Amino acid sequence: MAHFDDKAMPFGNKWMDERIGLNTLKRVLNTEYWIPKDINFLWAMGMVLAATFGILVVSGIFLLMYYKPDVNLAFDSVNYTIMSEVGYGWFWRHIHGVGASIVFLIIYIHMFTGIYYGSYKRGRELIWLSGMGLFVAFSAEAFSGYMLPWGQMSYWAGMVITNLFSGGSLEAYGLVEWIRGDYVPGDAYLTRFFMLHVLLIPLAIIGLIVLHFGTLRLPHVNNQEGADIDYKESAELWKAGKKKESKVIPFSPVFLSKDLFVMGVYFIIFFYLVFYNFEFSMDPVNFDPADGLKTPAHIYPEWYFLWSYEILRPFSKDIGLIAFGIAQIAFVFLPFADRSPNVAPAHKRGLFNIWFWVLLIDMIVLTAMGKLPPTDPVFAMIGLVSAVLFLAMGPLLVLITMFEKKIEKGA
Amino acid sequence: MEQQEEGRRDFMGMALGAWAVVGGVGALYAAKRSWDPLPSVKAAGFTTVEMNDKKENELVVEKWRGKPIFILKKSADMEAHDRDVVMNGSRFHVSIGLCTHLGCIPAYQSDNKEFFCACHGGVFDVSGVNSPGLPPPSPLEIPPFRIDGTKLVLGESGPEYKKMLDAGLTV
Repeated sequence: MAHFDDKAMPFGNKWMDERIGLNTLKRVLNTEYWIPKDINFLWAMGMVLAATFGILVVSGIFLLMYYKPDVNLAFDSVNYTIMSEVGYGWFWRHIHGVGASIVFLIIYIHMFTGIYYGSYKRGRELIWLSGMGLFVAFSAEAFSGYMLPWGQMSYWAGMVITNLFSGGSLEAYGLVEWIRGDYVPGDAYLTRFFMLHVLLIPLAIIGLIVLHFGTLRLPHVNNQEGADIDYKESAELWKAGKKKESKVIPFSPVFLSKDLFVMGVYFIIFFYLVFYNFEFSMDPVNFDPADGLKTPAHIYPEWYFLWSYEILRPFSKDIGLIAFGIAQIAFVFLPFADRSPNVAPAHKRGLFNIWFWVLLIDMIVLTAMGKLPPTDPVFAMIGLVSAVLFLAMGPLLVLITMFEKKIEKGA
Repeated sequence: MEQQEEGRRDFMGMALGAWAVVGGVGALYAAKRSWDPLPSVKAAGFTTVEMNDKKENELVVEKWRGKPIFILKKSADMEAHDRDVVMNGSRFHVSIGLCTHLGCIPAYQSDNKEFFCACHGGVFDVSGVNSPGLPPPSPLEIPPFRIDGTKLVLGESGPEYKKMLDAGLTV
């Protein structure tokens, strides 16, 4: 048996270390987990996301206490019970709604930071792939949560999205009815999406977050120049007290204090939105109870799905579905579509820089067009051009990066 | 000796693994069945509609299996179509009122005499036929029906419905 010190104070540092290896844990996860110095505030988005997820879980727990997953009771349990009877029920709901919207803004910033600095390249592919897994899981979480208030947008978004699984001309309505548990979204549909939203998908998200952190440990976080840092050497310098000469800092407490500063600013904005400007995350159409006999005049998803929705819209049904399918999985292939060996910020990579900004602007244009009604021919044309451009961006990336000049680096 | 032990350990692993596969397949089947529509949902079935009181060029929406059913009595100036349900000399357009693109309910515009879907801009004429070049790939579906005097029974397949089905006018 291992050695246990009789005189160690129960639950003190030594006592804990002898039982669960507390010091090893601290060293591996905090004090000797090295982060490069050459980073900016965009590197804090990961912890901002983790904190936002935490806030969504906590607010969700309180909503869960009064929500009723039943087609006859759901709407009132949200809009009457939680909003006007439960003390501070509005507070949890507004946190949950604003959080669900903002979490996607941060996800997109996090994602585009990774693309800009080439943080998905050799050695870091699994970081990117597990991140894409998280994006899919968060999308499913957002969609299933959107069903729960059982308003008009819940119902019709559910109708349209589940119909996508009929596969166009494949006419797999059996599959659609199986997913719904009914001919149309009904009680069985609501209860199963409730289960997905509060249990299965959150479990998957937690697992994926652990995996995402794990994939980061060996290749380390990227830095602003994409420099290949000798972590062993830099770590020794830091531990020897030569903090100035070292290129790295420990995750905790040094990097974490930077994170906490960014989080502080972020949460000021976040709670400003929760208290004073929450309407953007609460669609007015969803304050009408679900009605299977009346489609709202204009159906659109929340802003974070608009770009992919706009890729579906300008084409005929089958081509639209194929384009939509490609758009959903396109980003997964990024580490393999980028043929250049350079790990460097986009502004040092020539044509890739243009590619990056065109992609970003194209997705913003798609988002704007997706929100507009389908009737205006000019906007429909802009939408079509942007959608075709988006689909062309993948092959273009392969082409551009194949001929990219290798950057010689001193670092 | 060592080899023999290894063989026995492998056997335990394989025996448990094989049974786990059997159990896993069984559990998957149970999971699939749990997601199936309930018998009560499937049985909820038939809607009977009185057709005598319908007015020309005025859309009536009935409900069948949770879906909206369009019933439109055609006026004399509307073109006849094989998809029409003919009852006592009157022609009716009867269809499931869900756009064949992604299932929104198109709105009937009585002055244009067409159905317009606000979701993605699909258009159907008074016979439920989709305008070409727009997202909907096929005409509005006709629900199974049986003519019973002046009444229409939805959910049962009468000879008129079977004829339409055979002619490929609906799916």
